[in-house]
Amino acid sequence: MEFWRVPLDTNTIEIAHGEVHIIEDRCKGCGYCIEFCPRSILAFAERFNAKGYHPPEVLRPEGCVNCHYCEIICPEFAIFSVAAPPPAPTA
Amino acid sequence: MPATARKTMPKTPDHPLEALIRSDRIPHIWCPGCGIGTAFAAALTAMATSGLDLQKTCMVSGIGCSGRAAGYVNLDSFHTTHGRAIPFATGLKLGNPALNVVVFSGDGDLFAIGGNHFIHAARRNMDLTVICLNNLNYGMTGGQVAATTPFHARTTTTPMGNPEAPFNLPLLAWASGATYVARWTILHTRELTECIQKAIRKSGFSFIEVLGPCPVNYGRRNKEKSLQTLKMYQERTIIRNDPRMDDLEVDFTRQVVLGEFVDKDRPTCIENYDKTCRILE
Repeated sequence: MEFWRVPLDTNTIEIAHGEVHIIEDRCKGCGYCIEFCPRSILAFAERFNAKGYHPPEVLRPEGCVNCHYCEIICPEFAIFSVAAPPPAPTA
Repeated sequence: MPATARKTMPKTPDHPLEALIRSDRIPHIWCPGCGIGTAFAAALTAMATSGLDLQKTCMVSGIGCSGRAAGYVNLDSFHTTHGRAIPFATGLKLGNPALNVVVFSGDGDLFAIGGNHFIHAARRNMDLTVICLNNLNYGMTGGQVAATTPFHARTTTTPMGNPEAPFNLPLLAWASGATYVARWTILHTRELTECIQKAIRKSGFSFIEVLGPCPVNYGRRNKEKSLQTLKMYQERTIIRNDPRMDDLEVDFTRQVVLGEFVDKDRPTCIENYDKTCRILE
């Protein structure tokens, strides 16, 4: 996310991190989680699940902020996120 | 009944709602992209987080796609005859006033065949929470025109477009005397969950309309894919406090008003009955 002015307390804010879990065989491939993920970290997988749908897969696991939106928009109880320790600093 | 052989990875944690759904019946029958699952999950989350005694909570639903919800919830639930979810729920509540009764059903069940029961339960102010998943048609039977199908929308039985005006459900609920009325779409699922929570905690007749896509029967005939419907929910809805009640029609050629419309208090049916007819020492 780009800011036109960096907030003064930006160094003190701890961004939550999450780990996305997908129960692939429940997925019916509606794509809601992929479309509405605010961090756009999900995409359709190449592979099929047991029902012949393409389940979502996590493209950038470090991008998840544990907002749970995929979990609450999913009509199939097939995806959820849990709080995770922050990833190792890259910079 | 033991869970069928659904293989989960050994270290994977369970879905947060796993305890509230009958996971041996999942995947459910709802089509890919159907909004019922999301509304159902919102209702379950609201029940789980509202601090209710879930042993004293039951879900009642009627017939139709949304009516299947009673079969998927891992609480005492009641799948009733067509249109009669509210009378059965009324009976449950009168028989055991300690119960929290949630009615989860569809627009066809609650407002077409069951419309009469709805207005009278609201008039009596029965202490129920009614969640109506409005998918704008009779989905399960093949997409026929319903009492909520928008003007000019195409369905199986109105191939030239629906010539009739739809019900304005919040107006109907308000006019009948409901003490809590709200409307959200499945895209506004956080607000929806909060409103369901509030409605469950509130005594009196609460009504929540949830707009959800029916991609296979309604969407296909109106050239809407489920994601397009959700985009429309994003672009053509507006959240308004204290709107005019006759301004709440579901007409996506204009903006559809969402929000919490009514929140008032009125003595419930049981309170009034006790005061009037029961001689207490």
